[in-house]
Amino acid sequence: MMHEIVIAGFGGQGVMSMGQLLAYAGMTENKHVSWLPSYGPEQRGGTANVSVVISDEPIGSPVIQNPSVAIVLNNPSFEKFEPTVKKGGVLIVNKSIVDLKSKRNDITVIEVPTAEIASEIGSPRVAGSVILGAFIQHSKAISKKSIIESLKNVLSERKQHLIPANEEALERGASLVINGDVKKPIA
Amino acid sequence: MPKVLMKGNEVIAEAAIHAGCKNFFGYPITPQSELVAYMANRLPEIDGLFLQAESEVAAINMVYGAASAGVRVMTSSSSPGFSLKQEGVSYLAGAELPAVIVNIGRGGPGLGNIQPAQSDYFQVTKGGGHGDYYTPVLAPSTLQEIVELTKLAFDLADEYRTPVVLLGDGMLGQMMEPVEFTEEDMKVLPEKKWATTGTRGDGAPKVISSLELNDVNLENHNHTLQSKYEVIKQREVRFDTYRADDAEYMVVAYGTVSRIAKSAIDEARENGIKIGMIRPITLWPFPEKPFEEYRDKVKAFLSVEMSAGQMVEDVRLAVNGKAPVEFFGRTGGVIPNHSEVLEAIKSLAGGGQ
Repeated sequence: MMHEIVIAGFGGQGVMSMGQLLAYAGMTENKHVSWLPSYGPEQRGGTANVSVVISDEPIGSPVIQNPSVAIVLNNPSFEKFEPTVKKGGVLIVNKSIVDLKSKRNDITVIEVPTAEIASEIGSPRVAGSVILGAFIQHSKAISKKSIIESLKNVLSERKQHLIPANEEALERGASLVINGDVKKPIA
Repeated sequence: MPKVLMKGNEVIAEAAIHAGCKNFFGYPITPQSELVAYMANRLPEIDGLFLQAESEVAAINMVYGAASAGVRVMTSSSSPGFSLKQEGVSYLAGAELPAVIVNIGRGGPGLGNIQPAQSDYFQVTKGGGHGDYYTPVLAPSTLQEIVELTKLAFDLADEYRTPVVLLGDGMLGQMMEPVEFTEEDMKVLPEKKWATTGTRGDGAPKVISSLELNDVNLENHNHTLQSKYEVIKQREVRFDTYRADDAEYMVVAYGTVSRIAKSAIDEARENGIKIGMIRPITLWPFPEKPFEEYRDKVKAFLSVEMSAGQMVEDVRLAVNGKAPVEFFGRTGGVIPNHSEVLEAIKSLAGGGQ
């Protein structure tokens, strides 16, 4: 099984970190992973994206042409990556910011009100984990446990206290998918 | 050691430290700055020497000094900065000093941009600076291979008393993959009796220089260098093949592009095209042997590069007119995607039938 994941959004939304967390978690599960950032002359507020491949087999190209999963956190990223999602793939949309709607009927669309859920949890900074929760629940690419373990490893001492909130965020994201808040492709 | 998730640039730095390099002189430039930053952080921890020079020219000349003293030393840059180092590389070659120079290539010519490119192939494989010299060039395609080839770069440099280039591109430098650093035994290499570490009163002073005003003496020195390059050509060629055994067509690609080509080859095979790949690992010396082996068996070769067509010239020399050699490339920092490589393969196979 190979997951080709593109995460895209504004610089500062945590795009690179989300990708790194997925790659790290994949590695802890002994999967093959690669993490490739867009590294043009990016700046805060500009758009950034990262390509993460998680695979049972050794990875050929780390460049993703047609993602099996695109996680889009803002409108420009939606416009850029929604058309590229592989047929039968998944588009996960940050509904709190993105007001565009996918007209494609050959992909699964999951819309996640990240900011609303994160503020209910009481920590706006865990918005990314809400999205990741929805992603891993739907794709089963990696386990929630691996994400939490990876967070413990990648977060500095000073930020370890954020782990419970992230755990809750992952669960809230997952429950959206469990509750069927998903637009499935028309067979 | 457990696997760690690191950027390619950081892997080069850590691999150099594992190879016993405790001296680094550098100057930051995207997309290789993480290498400099990593060294700045790590070398003081192991009582090494990190120095950020005032320019690339200064850095390569500091390398000349450290190499003269017989220590393992490295510098790194990206295309425009690598160009600046060429005078120093020529001096290293002339003075027969071992050093490792990293080039994480970016789009050119000129200041170009900071996206990945392989358009420094001519420069690294044909000398780069002035005078008759070559440097061994190693081109890893994965982060794990960086670990292996960085160690090899230092060993080759010491064994043959020559500067060695480790060539990547921005993609290899910026991407992360899990890597494992294995504790290998150090290769036993000739003692550096030439190093200018002081004579302590016994014997003549040691001199490291690339200056020789007498023409006949300088010609003799050139003969010595050329004989050394012949030995390197005989002994140090490295390459890899992929699905080549029954191939009717052959892609030639190196570095990160070979990974994109691999994906395209797999898809082409699913479409019934019998295609394989030769991946040069040493760009100089260029692996001629696999071409001698396959040029009578395959219908055509396709060189795929992130350049306007540079390695393709060496491919044509190695194929020596025995089969058609086509080219596909993207320039300016554009990464070819695997479907356009697949299209190029299809058109090669269509045209060859």
